Amino acid sequence: MSKVASKPGRWIDLANPTRFLNLAGIVLPWLGGITLITLAIGFWMSMTAPDDYQQGSTVKIMFIHVPFAWLSMMCYTVMSIAALGTLVWRHPLAEVAAKAAAPIGAVFTALALITGSLWGKPMWGTWWVWDARLTSVFVLFLMYLGVIALTRAMGDPAKSAKVTAILTLVGFVNIPIIKFSVDWWNTLHQPASVIRVGGSTLDPSYLRPLLVMAIGFTLLFFTLHVMAMRNEIWRRRVTAMRRIAARSAERKAGQ
Amino acid sequence: MTRKQKRLSVIAGGLAVLGLAAALVLFALQQKIAFFRMPSDIQASDIQSQSRFRLGGLVEKGTVVRGEGTKISFSVTDKIKSVPVTYEGILPDLFREDQGVVIEGSFSPGGAFVADSVLAKHDENYMPKEVADSLKAKGIWQEESKKP
Repeated sequence: MSKVASKPGRWIDLANPTRFLNLAGIVLPWLGGITLITLAIGFWMSMTAPDDYQQGSTVKIMFIHVPFAWLSMMCYTVMSIAALGTLVWRHPLAEVAAKAAAPIGAVFTALALITGSLWGKPMWGTWWVWDARLTSVFVLFLMYLGVIALTRAMGDPAKSAKVTAILTLVGFVNIPIIKFSVDWWNTLHQPASVIRVGGSTLDPSYLRPLLVMAIGFTLLFFTLHVMAMRNEIWRRRVTAMRRIAARSAERKAGQ
Repeated sequence: MTRKQKRLSVIAGGLAVLGLAAALVLFALQQKIAFFRMPSDIQASDIQSQSRFRLGGLVEKGTVVRGEGTKISFSVTDKIKSVPVTYEGILPDLFREDQGVVIEGSFSPGGAFVADSVLAKHDENYMPKEVADSLKAKGIWQEESKKP
């Protein structure tokens, strides 16, 4: 934080890759530590939560399933904001942010689908149905795969970033559909319990561990995201240095 | 207008058009996207055509009759109309009276709905068993009071 404070009023300086690398180096150990502590507390709270009156101990799948599902949507929102940064402000760090977030989001979405499936079998009596919620989340997973493939499809990172940003923004239409699918249509998936009109329908003994787990996994996401962004910046620098080295070697050979 | 503002407004316009298109498509497909139909949505023609569809509702209280083996019959109701259902197979753990279910099958010529799968639909309420018991003891059970 002191890096930002030393240059008053220049938030945008953060977007300078070198400054970002410096800041990431300072923030990452702290972020990682807080993530571990929060997740450890969250796991302990989840394990000691009482059994549900209908579902028994199966209800505990909620403490990982719901954070994964929230993060799958939050990660896509982060990517969409980064896509705006790429298209409007042409910021290299926005390209890096979008590229680094996609694989993490895909993993969270896959985990949400898998844990949901494991929960669905004992409770609903089926691993999978094509209702509006499950289908729209599956579409989100496919969007992630498409974005990942497209980012890596072209040789020029700046060009592929622009095309990918457009695809990302088009896919953002799906996010409100996922959120409201359980309200707009009748589905096998139950309606929202936490973020809904009229307050949460979760008993506090479930809401507390769920929120701690959600915060823990959100911190985990940001830790992984900053690490992946750092790797991507380094990767780009290595590529650039190699190119310069190859060019100078060519020049030497030509003499 | 700077170039940045121009780019931003083009993107905002594009997204608005895309959102509108998606909304229209979803609105048009509303009936198709619905996972199940309620007993009061069912027409006489559905009973005659014997086409397959999913039926959703609550297991009506006092209608569950277990036959030999895994045979079972019960009624599915949405508190307006109810439909008699017969099923043979394994039921999900949550199956019981007043539980939301989604069943797939078709009407038999006799007028009963013959199910070949029964799924339980659990609601958005989560609470420990002790809390549920004490609510029931106090007579302020949420589920009952919420429904008309």
